[in-house]
Amino acid sequence: MGKHTTLFATHNRAGAKLSDFAGWDMPIHYGSQIEEHHRVRRDAGMFDASHMLSIDFSGPEVRPYLSRLLANDVAKLTRPGRALYSCLLNPDGGIIDDLIVYFFNADHYRIVVNAGTAEKDLSWMEKQAADFSLEILPRHDLALIAVQGPQARDKVWRAYPGTRMVSESLAPFFAACDGDWLISRTGYTGEDGFELAVPATQAADIWAQLQAAGIAPCGLGCRDTLRLEAGMNLYGQDMDETVTPLESGLSWTVALGGDRDFIGKAALLSQKTTRQLTGLLLLTPGVLRAHQRVHTAHGDGEITSGSFSPTLAQGIALARLPQRVTIGDVVEADIRGKPHKAKVVKPPFVRHGKILVS
Amino acid sequence: MNVPSNLKYAKTHEWARQDGDGLITVGITDHAQEALGDIVFIELPEVGIKFKAGAECAVVESVKAASDIYAPVSGEVAAANQAAIDSPESVNADAYGVWLFKIKPDDAGKCAAELDDLLDAQAYGKVAESD
Repeated sequence: MGKHTTLFATHNRAGAKLSDFAGWDMPIHYGSQIEEHHRVRRDAGMFDASHMLSIDFSGPEVRPYLSRLLANDVAKLTRPGRALYSCLLNPDGGIIDDLIVYFFNADHYRIVVNAGTAEKDLSWMEKQAADFSLEILPRHDLALIAVQGPQARDKVWRAYPGTRMVSESLAPFFAACDGDWLISRTGYTGEDGFELAVPATQAADIWAQLQAAGIAPCGLGCRDTLRLEAGMNLYGQDMDETVTPLESGLSWTVALGGDRDFIGKAALLSQKTTRQLTGLLLLTPGVLRAHQRVHTAHGDGEITSGSFSPTLAQGIALARLPQRVTIGDVVEADIRGKPHKAKVVKPPFVRHGKILVS
Repeated sequence: MNVPSNLKYAKTHEWARQDGDGLITVGITDHAQEALGDIVFIELPEVGIKFKAGAECAVVESVKAASDIYAPVSGEVAAANQAAIDSPESVNADAYGVWLFKIKPDDAGKCAAELDDLLDAQAYGKVAESD
């Protein structure tokens, strides 16, 4: 038996099909993964993401600490509530995890990390904190509910009219506190919406209230097809400690300029990249899957995440291919020993309900 | 669990039915479609290809995974269901109504023995339950 979030009984009662996800028993779908996918693209759905871990950092030296810890630069965070996506790197530039860091004030930040890497991250972060004056507090007392879709914000306000005041003016990638809730205009689907970090003790009531406002419970199955369509990497699949952000489509998240030193910087500066992470659009019927080989004119590559895109009704993938492959090239994916033509495209495939590739 | 008593079943979750014309019609079970989730792609064998009982002969893919389909009896593919290829989701809706392919047995006696080796509804129901 795996670990359970505070909403486990709620999912069970709703007839969720459960599956192991990084050691947690989580809902994969509540009936149809594809219907849930469309619901998020067209209306509003919600995910239990409470298996992810929020970690609070407080103290006078939090800023210099995070400046050294993270590949992206927390100096970009000037307004309270601002969020920033970053990789956490080892000294070789390998990706320990990807995360979101929130700026509350000069001596209080929060980082949200992946479920499967939470313990590893925490011990790495504690080790790096030895020379800094700060406190690290894992917030196991919080639940995380992601409400996503074009109608997500309106429906949250319908369920909780009181939250409108603090959250209506939030720009994307900003968060605001409302009592003991943190409301962030962030997500992992390519749609608008909020992520609600709330006391775990309130989570079941909040879930029910959101559902009553017309927000559909969705499993992690469609969260994966939504993030893949949105061109977002999944840790452990599209990247891990054996690759750097520069060969994972994440150069834009690394702040290499200036004097700031961060863990992994020297390795990234000296890296000559030979591989890149790109999108693939399957030109024949079928489904692309992780670990399928991809033959290109410049050598072989491999699919890191693949699936069937419900929005495009076509096979799509993220693939790590030789650097010389260019957008628009036609390559061959090996599906059960047979070559299938696929076009190299620049992710995302879909954003805000619109198809961006062809 | 939906396991019709007039069909025979393979442990690998195919159903088989002998029709009046001597052909064996094959599909996947309701339990199989349920476990796979939303089916999005079906690859069926070409008519005329010969398979031995137990050989991989088709693939059903859901958003979650690809699943091999095995020939329940030996013979030649006599028909492949284009309607299933065109609407893979119809197998989710009606796994016993939407067949995948038909096999013309090599030999009537051998086919009877192979069908006999398959599970009846009660035995398959137990396999599916413990799955």
